Amino acid sequence: MSILTRNKAPKLAEHNAGRKLFGSRGATITVWIIAVLWTIPTLGLFATSFRPKPDISASGWWQVLLHPHFTLANYSAIFSTGTVSGISNGILPYVVNSFVITIPAVIFPITIATMAAYCLAWVKFKGSDAVFYGIFALQIVPIQVALVPLLRLFTGGVHIGTITLVPALHIAGKFLGIWLPHTMFALPLAIYLLHNFISSLPRDLMEAANVDGASHFTVFRRIVLPLSIPAIAAFAIFQFLWVWNDLLVALTFTGGTEGINPLNAKLAGLAGTWGSHWELLTSSAFVTILVPLVVFFSLQRYFVRGLLAGSVK
Amino acid sequence: MTSFWSDNLPKIGQMFAAIAIFLAVLAAIFFIAGRANGKKQRPIAIVVFLGPALVLLLFGLLGPAIRTLLLSFKGSASHTWVGFSNYHWLFTDPSMRIVLRNTIFWILFTPIITTGLGLFLAILLDRMRRESIAKSLIFMPMAVSFVGASIVWQFVYKYANPDQPQVGLLSTIAKHLGFEPSNWLLTQPLNTFLLMIVFVWSQTGFAMVILSAAIKAVPADIMEASALDGAHGWRLFRGVTFPMVRSTFIVVLATMVVSTLKLFDIVRASTGGNFGTSVLSNEMYSEVFIRYDAGRGSAMAIVLFLLVVPVLIYNIYNLRRERSIA
Repeated sequence: MSILTRNKAPKLAEHNAGRKLFGSRGATITVWIIAVLWTIPTLGLFATSFRPKPDISASGWWQVLLHPHFTLANYSAIFSTGTVSGISNGILPYVVNSFVITIPAVIFPITIATMAAYCLAWVKFKGSDAVFYGIFALQIVPIQVALVPLLRLFTGGVHIGTITLVPALHIAGKFLGIWLPHTMFALPLAIYLLHNFISSLPRDLMEAANVDGASHFTVFRRIVLPLSIPAIAAFAIFQFLWVWNDLLVALTFTGGTEGINPLNAKLAGLAGTWGSHWELLTSSAFVTILVPLVVFFSLQRYFVRGLLAGSVK
Repeated sequence: MTSFWSDNLPKIGQMFAAIAIFLAVLAAIFFIAGRANGKKQRPIAIVVFLGPALVLLLFGLLGPAIRTLLLSFKGSASHTWVGFSNYHWLFTDPSMRIVLRNTIFWILFTPIITTGLGLFLAILLDRMRRESIAKSLIFMPMAVSFVGASIVWQFVYKYANPDQPQVGLLSTIAKHLGFEPSNWLLTQPLNTFLLMIVFVWSQTGFAMVILSAAIKAVPADIMEASALDGAHGWRLFRGVTFPMVRSTFIVVLATMVVSTLKLFDIVRASTGGNFGTSVLSNEMYSEVFIRYDAGRGSAMAIVLFLLVVPVLIYNIYNLRRERSIA
């Protein structure tokens, strides 16, 4: 993730870098060939999801180019509220779960991270640099190392001998039990990226506010927060995609509770149980990837800026 | 439909309630803490701003990481100390040997292929006039979850018995080329490489975008001066372009190493780690949540961590250098 950080700012767009490497036409053709290759698999999923069930196993999806034959039956099946191949209410409840999980799991870490980033950038204290390096280092730690103990913390608390340090939280299998891990795991990257942005705000502005006698809370609310909106938006998109597409945290912390299972995790399960129902699996998969695709294409500009956020200095 | 709403409206309500409570608590704390003045103002501000993040990191990452280290020296139910026996098992068990082999394959091949292809595309893009649509198409898989990607690719790797029509793209191409299609995802060790392609497909766009930004940042006069000196094609790339983007290239590569190691979803959703495709992160999940051996699972998590330590050290070294320049 630290990649998001280390780029030199892309300032000079008008220039000749690489001009002599390849002919212009050759470059264009090569890129387009790769772009088409890159799109074919997704196109296959999209086409299949609109084909009648018998067709799917009778011929390859590219046959629709020669014999177009489409149906919306697959989509009406997965969105029906009856029982669909052993799943009651279709996939709609899981779509709801995904939104219910994702939206707070974006808002919580960003708020907490913005506050921490402001503190580390502008309210320096002895050891604040060490704290910053520590948080930076945590970015890379695989979340696998935290899963088991965190789950035990939720179900059994923390004890040393017979002394209870933290009582059992009993939040495993509840929404809070999945918002919290997502918030925790997002913090290192969020703090790091936002710190880069916030520390680059003009010093004069901060000092002028201090001279006016504004408290840190006023400065944060009136100056830092409004000016950081671009960086916050960029990270929000990033975090939205990450949480929506997550499987590991969902599998671990929903504990198989169907009522809170997000769409992506459900889909991973359906890949097994709906092995013979390709018409249902493909349409569900397309719904799953549709939301991130819409978010991605409508906000792509900000997303890319978020990836390059470290260079905003 | 009524049962749908009665099931799901409360969830949505819960979400809004949680957000409202969260913001209300923050507002209250800000209001109270903002009234403090004089000498107390600074320490109070530090606690309020930094406290929540530090507490969450302590309980969410740091504490659990230490506890995992301890668990890795304990037995399956975490009651007895077993010394290094989990680690000994990890490195000597025959089935684990395949898992470790696959993990090494993943680290050796995927980061360099993904980053290399990303660099290649970034160079080509720089040469194009209208790059945005093609760029978006290549970048798009980044938004697709690995689970979605696995299902997308099933349509490429799908195999049917010879007496039935082949509906998988790869099988069909193989058939037209005169080969006998095989059950791709069951063929070892080919299947591991087929899963790697899914990762490359998904992450190349990311590498491309970052490297493209780095190439665009190379000052034009340097390129022009080298071109006047007679540098062309490969020589210009090796002598000028690549050295200018080298540090970005290494950072992208390091990021890919880390995401390769954390990789769980592709293997889980495609083969469930069967047919000799498992990797450490997937096996760790199976060990803990399916075979209920927290000791062995924790040992795997620690090995995963040790594998990223070099990247960690490199990143911190870089950050310190950058900060000292700034």
